[in-house]
Amino acid sequence: MLTGKVWRYGDNVDTDVIIPARYLVTAEPRELAKHCMEDIDASFAGKVAAGDILVAGRNFGCGSSREHAPLAIKGCGVPCVIAESFARIFYRNAINIGLPMLEIGTQVKEIHAGDELEIDLAAGQIHNVTTGDTFQAEPLPEFIQKIVTAGGLIEYLKEAES
Amino acid sequence: MRSMTMTEKILASHAGMDSVEPGQLIECHVDIVLGNDITTPPAIKEFNRIGKGVFDKDKIVLVPDHFVPNKDIKSAEMVRAVREFARKHDITHFFEVGRMGIEHVLLPESGLVAPGEVIIGADSHTCTYGALGAFATGVGSTDMGAAMATGRTWFKVPSSIKVDVIGKLPRWVSGKDVILTLISRVGVEGARYQSLEFIGPGIQELTMADRFTISNMAIEAGAKNGIFPVDEQTEKYLAGRTNKVWNKVVADVGAAYDRQITLDLSALRPVVALPHLPENVKAAIDLSDTAIDQVVIGSCTNGRIEDLAQAAEIFQGRKVHPKVRTIIIPGSQAVYLEAVKKGYVEIFITAGAVVSTPTCGPCLGGYMGILAKGEKAVSTTNRNFRGRMGHIDSEIYLAGPAVAAASAIAGKIASPEEVFVC
Repeated sequence: MLTGKVWRYGDNVDTDVIIPARYLVTAEPRELAKHCMEDIDASFAGKVAAGDILVAGRNFGCGSSREHAPLAIKGCGVPCVIAESFARIFYRNAINIGLPMLEIGTQVKEIHAGDELEIDLAAGQIHNVTTGDTFQAEPLPEFIQKIVTAGGLIEYLKEAES
Repeated sequence: MRSMTMTEKILASHAGMDSVEPGQLIECHVDIVLGNDITTPPAIKEFNRIGKGVFDKDKIVLVPDHFVPNKDIKSAEMVRAVREFARKHDITHFFEVGRMGIEHVLLPESGLVAPGEVIIGADSHTCTYGALGAFATGVGSTDMGAAMATGRTWFKVPSSIKVDVIGKLPRWVSGKDVILTLISRVGVEGARYQSLEFIGPGIQELTMADRFTISNMAIEAGAKNGIFPVDEQTEKYLAGRTNKVWNKVVADVGAAYDRQITLDLSALRPVVALPHLPENVKAAIDLSDTAIDQVVIGSCTNGRIEDLAQAAEIFQGRKVHPKVRTIIIPGSQAVYLEAVKKGYVEIFITAGAVVSTPTCGPCLGGYMGILAKGEKAVSTTNRNFRGRMGHIDSEIYLAGPAVAAASAIAGKIASPEEVFVC
C-alpha cells in the first residue's frame, strides 16, 4: 500500500514542461529530477518528497517521446502518477521503466492538491484519506501488468528469456 | 477474414497473424529501429543490460541531429557514445555531421523507409513515414534498446479514424495548413491511441512534402500513427531512392473505422496555431496585429526543398523586417545543396536571413535561436508548448513556410496574399 501527498496539475501537461529539453544532456534520473516540472511549477523539484503522488487531468505526458520525462518523475521518488488520461508514448515509456500509471477518468476531479492518498497498486484502488472518496482505476491488461511487476521492459525480457 | 484498415493489415503481417483487431496486444517484428542523440544513449544503456548483440546491423538507424553540431561538452559526449556504439556494432546507417540531416527528412530521402514496413523510432515524430504507407510510430529509449537486441516490439492495435480528403488546395495553402486545421478540429488528444488513415481523392492533390508534414504532426492530435495509401506520387518518390522490395497495403472496402472526418482542401486557408497548443488555430489573416521577433523555417515538419521553395518565392526581391531575426534550416545536406543550386540560399541571405546547417536546434529549445522572455516567434516546427523554444514567457506561433516567410517580411503575422499585395 502506497501513501502520499498529492501534487495536482491540469490538462495537457506536456513532456517539455515535465523535463525541458535544455536538461536533456543527461538521462540520469536524479539529475533530471532536479528540474522535474520546472516550467509548470518551479517549486516542485525542491519540495516534492519521496512517496508523493502526481495527479493530473487529461492527456498527461503529451508531446515528445523522451523517456527522460517518466525518469525525472521516478527520480523524484514519485511512486505512481494518476490522471484522467495519459498520452500514448508517455504511458508506454512509464510502463517500460516500471513507473505505474493509474487512469481514472473524470473522477480525477475529486482529488486536490495536498490530499492524502492511499493506493493499492495491485488492485488499482485509490482511497482519498482527506475526503473519504475511493476510486477504482481501469485495470492494466495482463501483459502490461507482467512488465510492471517485473520492474520494467528489460527485466521482463530477461525473465522471459531465462 | 476480418476486413482491415491499412494499419491493421501491416501490424497483422508483422505479427505473423491473419488478422488483428483494435485493442489487441501483439508482438511484431520491426523493419527499422531509429534513434537520435538524445534518445539513443539511454537506449544503449538498456540494450547493454540485455546482454545480446544487435538483431540486424542494417536495420538500426542512428541520426545525431538534435544538439548537433554539438552545442556543448555534454552533447558532444552523448554523440560520442552513439558514434562508439555504431562502430562497435558495425551499424550501417550512422549519420555523421556533414553527411546527415534531420532524421525524419533524412530517412525517406535516403530510401531507408518503404511502404508496408513497421518502423519504430525513439522520437515522437517517427510517425512521419506514414506518408509512405508504412506503420511508423514514436517510442521511448527502453523500447528502442529492447528492439535493437530483439528486432521485435509490442503494440496495442489502435482503432482508426478515417480522414476522407477531398478537393484541391488553394494557392499558398500547404500540408501544414491541412494538419493544423485537422488538429484544431479533433483537438490535441482527439486521436489519442488511434490511427489517422488518410483516404480519398484529395490525397492526389497533396505533394509528398505535404504528406510528410501531415503524417509528422499526427502525434500532435495524440495519434499513434498517420498513414497514407501508396499512389503514383509515392511510387515516383520511391523510384531511384530505395532498393527495398516493398508492399503496397490497401485498406479493405469493409474496414471498420471508429469515426470519419471529411476534410475539404478547397475550404482551407493559411493558418497559424497560437500558443501554447497546436489546436489553437486561427486564419493567419486574422492575426495581423501580432508583432514578432523571430521566424524559423525548417525542422522535420517543414525543412524539405518544397518548403524552402515556398519561402524563397516570398523572399525573392524582399527584405526581412528590421525588427525580425529569420533563421532558415534545410532539413538535410541534400536539401541544403539543392537550395544552393536553385539559388534559394542566395535569396535568403540577400533578404537578411541566416541559413544554418541541418539541425533540430531551435525546435526544442536546443540552440540556434532560443527565445528570450516575452519574445514571439513564427515557426514552421511542430510544437508550440510553453517554453519549448526558450523562456517560459516566450510564445511560439506555428505556421507553414509561406506564412512564416510572409511574417518575416511584414514584422508581424501575415498571410502570403498580404505580402504580394504590398
